[in-house]
Amino acid sequence: MATAALEIVRQSATSGGVVGALAPKDDFQVVKLIDTSKCIGCKACQSACLEWNDLREDVGVNVGVYDNPHDLTENSWTLMRFTEWENAESGKLEWLIRKDGCMHCADPGCLKACPSPGAIVQYSNGIVDFNHDACIGCGYCIKGCPFNIPRISKANEKAYKCTLCVDRVSVGQGPACAKACPTHAISFGTTVEMKTLADQRIADLKSRGFRNAGLYNPPGVGGTHVMYVLHHNDQPEAYAGLPYNPRISPVVELWKGATKYAGFAIMGLAAIAGLVHHTVMGANRVSDRDETEGERIKEGGK
Amino acid sequence: MAIDPQTLEKHAVSRYSTGARVNHWITAISLILLALSGLALFHPWLFWLTALFGGGSSARALHPWIGVILFFSFAGLFFRFVSLNIWNRDDTEWMKNIGDVVKGREEKLPELGKYNAGQKLVFWGMSLLIVALISSGVVIWDKYFDHLTGVDQKRWAQLFHAWLAVGAITIWIVHVYAAIWVRGTIRAMTRGSVTAGWAFRHHRKWLREEAKKPADIAPKA
Repeated sequence: MATAALEIVRQSATSGGVVGALAPKDDFQVVKLIDTSKCIGCKACQSACLEWNDLREDVGVNVGVYDNPHDLTENSWTLMRFTEWENAESGKLEWLIRKDGCMHCADPGCLKACPSPGAIVQYSNGIVDFNHDACIGCGYCIKGCPFNIPRISKANEKAYKCTLCVDRVSVGQGPACAKACPTHAISFGTTVEMKTLADQRIADLKSRGFRNAGLYNPPGVGGTHVMYVLHHNDQPEAYAGLPYNPRISPVVELWKGATKYAGFAIMGLAAIAGLVHHTVMGANRVSDRDETEGERIKEGGK
Repeated sequence: MAIDPQTLEKHAVSRYSTGARVNHWITAISLILLALSGLALFHPWLFWLTALFGGGSSARALHPWIGVILFFSFAGLFFRFVSLNIWNRDDTEWMKNIGDVVKGREEKLPELGKYNAGQKLVFWGMSLLIVALISSGVVIWDKYFDHLTGVDQKRWAQLFHAWLAVGAITIWIVHVYAAIWVRGTIRAMTRGSVTAGWAFRHHRKWLREEAKKPADIAPKA
């Protein structure tokens, strides 16, 4: 069963693997599959998320769009994003609705960027979770994330995002959003099960004229544990800016990679150069002759 | 036979006023605290340094405020010393003979004013880096300035901030090493004066200028 064990396989700011971790296996890992073609935009998933995680969102302001709240927040870990999209091929207006939230990347940019050991963990079933005892609120996870997901709480200055209901999954339940969805647009199961289900849905959509229907499981981040069935998988950006080929920013890779080692090397070499120079040259001392000459100049000027 | 300490003190040359020294040490302490809290988040090996600041969250929250202190404190040093750090022909000559500098053969170098080319480079290097560090630092000070920039700008600011800090720490290492290697230097910043011999050996032109001044004049800067 997918939910049998929650060993940590990777944690932030920790080199190498974690002792005793099981190698990830496809039939052991979990996936939340979101079928945008079945979503009716009722926001039951948002309510269920707030309810299960005991979160409350401030009453907002209507600015003329259906998105409510306007963006993900430290309390709203999932959000229906509505797009009125003109299909260039058919000339028809389509209403695209995407449930946004953490994608639980196989190669998580947040985990890579996090400076605090153990503040971000990846479990063997693929769930990426934040450990708030260790989180220091630096916001590096936001810079690491290719999907713009984590938010820092104004109340306690710690980062929050979807946990994929790790507390429910670890006792054999599905995520609260999947449980609440009235049209079964959100499914939850093992990677193998969900890919099979996605294939059936995609075949069905194609038979009904959606030629480019497909599964959004971006390889740039090693695949994700939240996947979408999109009717227009060739244009994911149409769904409120879902990135076409997301990957950890090369700037972040450079910062968290070469910079760390080159930086230490430069500072270390400067210190070593000092030690070697002092050992070879000895101290630069003022001689008695210097003192005598110095006194002569100083007192001679009067 | 060594010259006795009383004679040395009698002929000591005043180099830094009390104000300049206080200004320097506020800057120095701030820079060290910034380096410690910054390095703590730079590499997991050094994350334990956050304990010095009361934990990770406090280190993260304090670091930018210490940066603000450093910025204003360094600005004080900048305006005190900028006129003495203008590059001149002697500095070019000094740089051409950098080999004699590192070998400590100062008799082969031109007579120098209050600062040599190395000190001037430290001054200008630190000045530029500190302006760049506070600028990139503000971009990633999310608590107050999150709304001003987008995530890509923050990523670049984060990368620059790390590299600039490596530069500033490296200059700091050179600065501290030079003060240790050239014996008799540190007292200029602790007691405010140097011996006449130190001034003669390292900054003879400055010594000649100081000697011309009336005895009761307080040192500038």
